[in-house]
Amino acid sequence: MNIDKNDTSSKVAKNNSVIAIIFANSWLPILAVIMIFVIWELVILIFGVPEYIAPTPSAVLETLIEERTLLFHNFLPTFFESVAGFFVGNLFAVVLAIAFVHNKMFEKAFFPIAVFVNTIPILAIAPILVLMFGNGISAKVIIAALICFFPTLVNMVRGLESVSPEMIELGRILSATKSEFFWKIRIQSSLPFLFSALKIASTTCVVGAIVGEWIGADVGLGSLIIEATYNFRSPLLYATVIVSSGLAVILFVSVTIAERLIVRWKPEHIS
Amino acid sequence: MSKGPISSRITGNAGGAEPPAVVMKDACVRFGDQLALEDISLTVDEGAFITILGPSGCGKSTLLRLVSDLVPTDDGEITIFGNEVETARLKREFSFVFQDATLLPWRSAIDNVRLPLEIGVKHAHKRPKAVSNLSPEDLLELVGLKGRENALPHELSGGMRQRVAIARALICKPRLLLMDEPFGALDEITRDHLNEQILRIWKETGITIMFVTHSIPEAIFLGQKVLMLESDPGRVRELVDVGLPYPRELSMRETPEFNKISRYLRNLLETC
Ligand SMILES: Nc1ncnc2c1ncn2[C@@H]1O[C@H](COP(=O)(O)OP(=O)(O)O)[C@@H](O)[C@H]1O
Ligand SMILES: [Mg+2]
Repeated sequence: MNIDKNDTSSKVAKNNSVIAIIFANSWLPILAVIMIFVIWELVILIFGVPEYIAPTPSAVLETLIEERTLLFHNFLPTFFESVAGFFVGNLFAVVLAIAFVHNKMFEKAFFPIAVFVNTIPILAIAPILVLMFGNGISAKVIIAALICFFPTLVNMVRGLESVSPEMIELGRILSATKSEFFWKIRIQSSLPFLFSALKIASTTCVVGAIVGEWIGADVGLGSLIIEATYNFRSPLLYATVIVSSGLAVILFVSVTIAERLIVRWKPEHIS
Repeated sequence: MSKGPISSRITGNAGGAEPPAVVMKDACVRFGDQLALEDISLTVDEGAFITILGPSGCGKSTLLRLVSDLVPTDDGEITIFGNEVETARLKREFSFVFQDATLLPWRSAIDNVRLPLEIGVKHAHKRPKAVSNLSPEDLLELVGLKGRENALPHELSGGMRQRVAIARALICKPRLLLMDEPFGALDEITRDHLNEQILRIWKETGITIMFVTHSIPEAIFLGQKVLMLESDPGRVRELVDVGLPYPRELSMRETPEFNKISRYLRNLLETC
């Protein structure tokens, strides 16, 4: 009984210590952020910096709350464009990667083109796409898709080719057809590679959508950024930037959760 | 110490009406202008356990890959149970265990054992009706992994992963098991344990085994005969009769008979 009691109390102590460790690990950055905000606020107040040059953190927070409807209405189109671009760009990349792995001739013919497209700066190609597809949503989706495309293509090709030579020999000994080998072995082997590309894409697609909106749009976080800048509404500009990075965080976390659910295994060699 | 093809029949085949497990006649393999294997002639009877030794790079793996239809012969002939290697492959007459367990990391142990049932299905009709009288569960029990059916490869030790690979190799009830340094990456204790297990499996299933190793004690402990290869080009140096009785126990490695043959092989290996 005595021992039992001791046991539980030590467990409680352990639990407490875990919380303490987590707290110990996070209170420093939290404190640092608070300090930065306080110093920022003080610098602006003491030196009398005009609001259009740099707003105080409290003014930004106030705008975030006051303008939440405006922000939300501009968040939605950007969210939609980012997600649509994410799916379109990655789908194309995955399909092309599969085609490359199955047909070396095809890869030789088209990979240089893919590299060339990737070397065009997105800021340079965005106006062209807006001219071609107009002010609507499609140009932004295409820009977001384009920005996702290349990293996923490269990673997916690497992933599909990550099967070990022994595994390929095992497939031959078992007389596996190309499609059996592909569906049972190659696709799953590529998943860790695919997800590391998707994590990159989940944040860059937001960049793509916003860049598209800068060039021509009536709604969206990108156009709100431009508008706030031209009207010297800095607190609104800062609030929009915060919402934009919030959007990227949401997409990144979603991809990470999907990865945890789908890839529950570790590659054999790691353990 | 006899030279030449294996002639001893281990299983009681009636008058040898059944063709031998492996017959090689003057088989050669070239990689570019390098002659990897030259004039390999060898007969392995059904039910035999033959271990293969030789300096590294002499063509031991190539020999097994020749038998398993992974490398084509440039000259000479090979038959597996009287069939061409390709036919034997399609009939799943043989299976292969690599040094690396080569498991699919996203599949549980039991699902890895089932993999051969799920691929190559187009040729399934060429295989014997009853694919195996042992279920995947039975096979995991046979290799001593009962209770770990649902473990993922990364949750298993190296030795356990290799046992899953052995269970997977046995699922289609092959008559010939090819093993290429299967325990080469394991620690000594695990290796000893698996050596005993593989002898038990050999006895219980009556399967024919060709086992490549770079360990002289392992080669002697397991095999009825040791095939010594020499390098540049890879040729049969000698087929050495082990002549120790089964069942074999690990303590046997301390006996004078064992040491004698061990010394003989070591001297032989130095000249290969
Ligand atoms: N696919 C290949 N292409 C070219 N050379 C090879 C290939 N596989 C093996 N070799 C060569 O054949 C020789 C025998 O190799 P291997 O059978 O792997 O030797 P071991 O298994 O006895 O160490 C080596 O010289 C090796 O470099
Ligand atoms: Mg080898």
